[in-house]
Amino acid sequence: MNLLRSALVPLLAVVLAIATGAIIIELSGLNALEAYKALYDGALADRKGIGRTLEKATPLVMGGLAVAFAFKAGLFNIGGQGQLVIGALFAGAVGYGVTGLPWIIHMPLALLVGAIGGALWGMIAGALKATRGAHEVITTIMLNFVALNITDWLTSKVWREPGIIVRTPAIEPSAEIPRWSELPTGFALSVAAAFACWYLLERTTFGFEIRSVGLNPEAARYAGISVSRIVILTMGISGMLAALGGAIETQGVVGRYEPGFNAGLGFNGITIALLGRTHPLGVIPAALLIGAMEAGGSMMQFKADVDPEITEIIEALMLLFVATPILVRWVLRRRDASEISVGAHWGDA
Amino acid sequence: MDDATPQTPALEAIGIGKRFDTVIANQDVNLRIEKGQIHALLGENGAGKSTLVNILFGLYRADEGEVRVNGEPVRMDSPHDAIEHRIGMVHQHFQLVPVLTVAENIVLGNEPTRGRGLLDLDRAADEVTELAERFSLAIDPGATVEDLPVGMQQRVEILRALYRKADILILDEPTAVLTPQETDHLLEVLRGLAAEGVAIVFITHKLREVLAVADQVTVMRGGRVVGTTTPAETDQAGLAEMMVGRSVVLRVAKTEARPGAGVLEIRDLHVRDDRDRPAVDGLSLEVRSGEIFGIAGVDGNGQRELVEAMTGLRTIDAGAVLLDDTDITGCTPREISELGVAHVPEDREKHGLIGPHSIADNLVLNRYFRPPYARRGLRQHAAINSDAERLVTDYDIRTESIGAPARSLSGGNKQKVITARELSHGARLLVASQPTRGIDVGSIEFVHQQIVGQRDNGVAVLLVSAELDEILSLSDRIGVIFKGRLVAIADAGDIDRATIGRLMTAGSDAA
Ligand SMILES: Nc1ncnc2c1ncn2[C@@H]1O[C@H](COP(=O)(O)OP(=O)(O)OP(=O)(O)O)[C@@H](O)[C@H]1O
Ligand SMILES: [Mg+2]
Repeated sequence: MNLLRSALVPLLAVVLAIATGAIIIELSGLNALEAYKALYDGALADRKGIGRTLEKATPLVMGGLAVAFAFKAGLFNIGGQGQLVIGALFAGAVGYGVTGLPWIIHMPLALLVGAIGGALWGMIAGALKATRGAHEVITTIMLNFVALNITDWLTSKVWREPGIIVRTPAIEPSAEIPRWSELPTGFALSVAAAFACWYLLERTTFGFEIRSVGLNPEAARYAGISVSRIVILTMGISGMLAALGGAIETQGVVGRYEPGFNAGLGFNGITIALLGRTHPLGVIPAALLIGAMEAGGSMMQFKADVDPEITEIIEALMLLFVATPILVRWVLRRRDASEISVGAHWGDA
Repeated sequence: MDDATPQTPALEAIGIGKRFDTVIANQDVNLRIEKGQIHALLGENGAGKSTLVNILFGLYRADEGEVRVNGEPVRMDSPHDAIEHRIGMVHQHFQLVPVLTVAENIVLGNEPTRGRGLLDLDRAADEVTELAERFSLAIDPGATVEDLPVGMQQRVEILRALYRKADILILDEPTAVLTPQETDHLLEVLRGLAAEGVAIVFITHKLREVLAVADQVTVMRGGRVVGTTTPAETDQAGLAEMMVGRSVVLRVAKTEARPGAGVLEIRDLHVRDDRDRPAVDGLSLEVRSGEIFGIAGVDGNGQRELVEAMTGLRTIDAGAVLLDDTDITGCTPREISELGVAHVPEDREKHGLIGPHSIADNLVLNRYFRPPYARRGLRQHAAINSDAERLVTDYDIRTESIGAPARSLSGGNKQKVITARELSHGARLLVASQPTRGIDVGSIEFVHQQIVGQRDNGVAVLLVSAELDEILSLSDRIGVIFKGRLVAIADAGDIDRATIGRLMTAGSDAA
């Protein structure tokens, strides 16, 4: 019942976005039905399409989780991109640099090193906030630039593959995350991560502490919770989640670290988290949706002549409709029965 | 007053009904507020008083019924409508902008301008000064609101309503946060306003105040009006009985204290406030097991900093805090709590509760991490819930479900959640700041019995309260705090109300 209600707004937002998208496609002189058919063919029609969708969705789940998880402690982690490239590069370095290990050890080891790298990177912002009061939005944005430059430098100077292309050597087969008849198993890892986050937040005392700090840090402090500790650890976990997305990308899709290959992936996390209503399980359908749009977008372009920009517009509309439930309600002419908030009072500023 | 002339009431509520999901907060409520009268609204915690006045002020929309202003039916969809109809409201939680000045806060929304939308702050200050003089609510228009004590902040709220020319003024528990002196002054001001023709709705749990200023009294219970009366027709006991539906013991029954060994010892404590000024300035005291040590004092004399320092929430500059001879100076709040210190903080919304968490979660906020509420890091909902069910029953917390968010509770029921949690902590030392603030008479009786019960079980109790009545009726020993020091410590029997009052306002010079 409750789940249904919280899923209602995003679902309607998606429907509205697709409908608005159809109008835009028609207005640009193309056939919307044909375009959406192509989208479907590219993203969902066969194993290959589904595989593409899942592949695209995997780092989105992780990026969305990173943002949603931090949000539970009242933190805005805008540093997903930086954390992701750190994870992607470290996993790539362990993937090619360590040899002679069996798969059962090598593959998780690379993931682990990537995850730890991202966790430490995330903790920097957490520690700056906890000890110096620096706002995490500012520090994570700045740390994105630092991370991009460090990874670029490491790739070109330290872990570079001989040759003209700036990239690390290909990872050992023993570090690869395999496909299972066209389907990327990395996606299963991301789903497991989402459930783990949900379990942690809802069932453990640590999760209770995180949520308490997010909802009322002062009262949490009065209850004996160390707010600094929670802020640092939460940013660490958030960074780890984003980094795991990068590591899975390296080990399951790209096969090595190559600067620029996952540009922008980290930033999508904010979109996904919002679309999933910052619920750890909500990010899964949100990521699948955007993943499908990305996977099918090229087919739309190829078969129905739809510009990639239009795909992006539809994605943006989904976000817009989710972020502004008022729009959805207005369209539905459904007045919210819930109470007028006292915060909307004139005295507030 | 001439009862014979039937005049149109200033404000009238007719057949008001309001539900929150399954909770019926108001049912068929009728209320009639005459011009120039003070109308007290009385009732148990959760009776529906705040809901009713929020409807009158347009903050909530009634499901049923009608609101009339000066006889005319009006739509109240937002506070904006209420202000249009010259209704002003002083909320229990002040709606002021802390970083703005007094004058800026007062004119906010109706700022005087100097052509082209430029703010005319000089004129604002002049207008405010004039207004303040007229109603003898002296205030410095240039002071920043966050620097002011609560009593003054409330004055700003009242002045703001008056600035908007309110001729109906609603006050939701305005005296809960005031000292006795501030309260007396407020009541004086309200009388003056009524004499000028302002109609006043006044919610309070303090029966003395009702008898002192009200012209009319309406009593609510369970969302309904159960009766109207006047102070002439009743007394404190009568009002209490009307509210609760049974007779209430207004005096605390307690036996002689049998104090044991010292539990808490504070030696020459120095603590600074948020602005880095000395707040606790060389304070020493001892509380023994089995006694209640009451700290009386005007708010802002270091009580808050004292309590925060000894519970680990504030840095201690110098001095020592000892618990059973263990030095706990510099320990974390969790360590101190685990050593057996329970703490009822004075600001229930900000420090005592996590509003969106369920009532059950809030009831274990000081012990959620240990068995039986958690095992190997996993929360045990069965244990949490069974504890919550018990406490909700014992403390008569009015709620439909322990799973409801704490913020949906009425003010007094929130206070009960905190009190219930801390009194069931199994502590050796109970530090209670304003433990009965905003609680109805029936529940005060219960909480007081519980505190005395703790004492009789050997708990050391440090009680900080702005209610002199509470200090006098509960304490075995009393310390008077003034400018961060205890200017007097005496057995409760050896010091009288007048002396404490003098010491509170003038320090030891008065004695
Ligand atoms: N926003 C809300 N959501 C759900 N329930 C609410 C809400 N506001 C009030 N209630 C419920 O309505 C009832 C009446 O609450 P109200 O705040 O009017 O009581 P009150 O008479 O002001 O009590 P108090 O003396 O404790 O302040 C209570 O049972 C309360 O839990
Ligand atoms: Mg109330």
